[in-house]
Amino acid sequence: MTARELESHGIATVIIGSGFDIVEKCGVPRYLHNDIPLGNPLGHPYSATEQHESVASALELIEQALVPTIRFGKVKWNEGEAWRANYMAITDANREALRLAGIENRRSRLEQIEKGEKR
Amino acid sequence: MDLVVCEAIKKDWENYLLKEDLPVPREYKIEGGLEHEPVKYIEKTRSYYEAQGFDRAYKWSDNSAIPWYQLSKPLSECNVTFVVTAVPDGTIPKLSRQGGSFALDEIPETFRTDELSWDKQATHTRDRESYIPMVALQQLAAAGIIGSVSARYHFVPTEYSQSNTLNSDAPAIRDACITDEVDIAILVPL
Repeated sequence: MTARELESHGIATVIIGSGFDIVEKCGVPRYLHNDIPLGNPLGHPYSATEQHESVASALELIEQALVPTIRFGKVKWNEGEAWRANYMAITDANREALRLAGIENRRSRLEQIEKGEKR
Repeated sequence: MDLVVCEAIKKDWENYLLKEDLPVPREYKIEGGLEHEPVKYIEKTRSYYEAQGFDRAYKWSDNSAIPWYQLSKPLSECNVTFVVTAVPDGTIPKLSRQGGSFALDEIPETFRTDELSWDKQATHTRDRESYIPMVALQQLAAAGIIGSVSARYHFVPTEYSQSNTLNSDAPAIRDACITDEVDIAILVPL
């Protein structure tokens, strides 16, 4: 949404991220997607090379794209593919814990609002 | 516009873009391909919060028209900034955080990320440069690829309320970018 606002006011934007469906749905002008776990959109921690290449590729996209474009980045996750299924997985083992976490989440949120922690 | 993706995922890809979550497919040019279908975070998030007893599914921003601004000068003359969702001032309570602009030369060594949704099982955020493009941009400026790195960077909170983002955070960042004569913004959601 911020990219859309900036782009509408004469600032060219590019998103570098890992949440493909969320960014795609929002409708953004340029998106460099690194298909790795959420948390390190620019590349592996401590891989300055990957991080540099992601930023350079995103800038190249700004320079080259003439229409809304999604570019798939070259960063690969070398630690297996289990993360795809594991993230936010709901299993018999965690179902009850999730239900209780939801109750605590709502209680804590109300408490924060009562303390004046809101906008 | 034709979608150009690697053959291996082409069939799934078409299902992916046309599934119920995407009632208004947008038109993008696709560059490159993937070995795997991207993770369906919208679907996962919906199920996860359902399991937590939330009765209303989060409504993700969904737009068919895409704004477009074509850069009118070379990268080497552009002033570039970045916008992040990692939290520069973690002392402000989550629900009170607002979008804002911060001096680059006072950038913290560590951003607060623990309250954001990311894959805490598969990775970590101890390397700031894996989600803050500062050093990379400074190197590109030193090499003359871009003109300069803007003196301020920007924070936009991941907000439940789209209205706060649309009517408050994004306009504040827009105004700061216009004041700073920014040509390009790189946005890095965690």
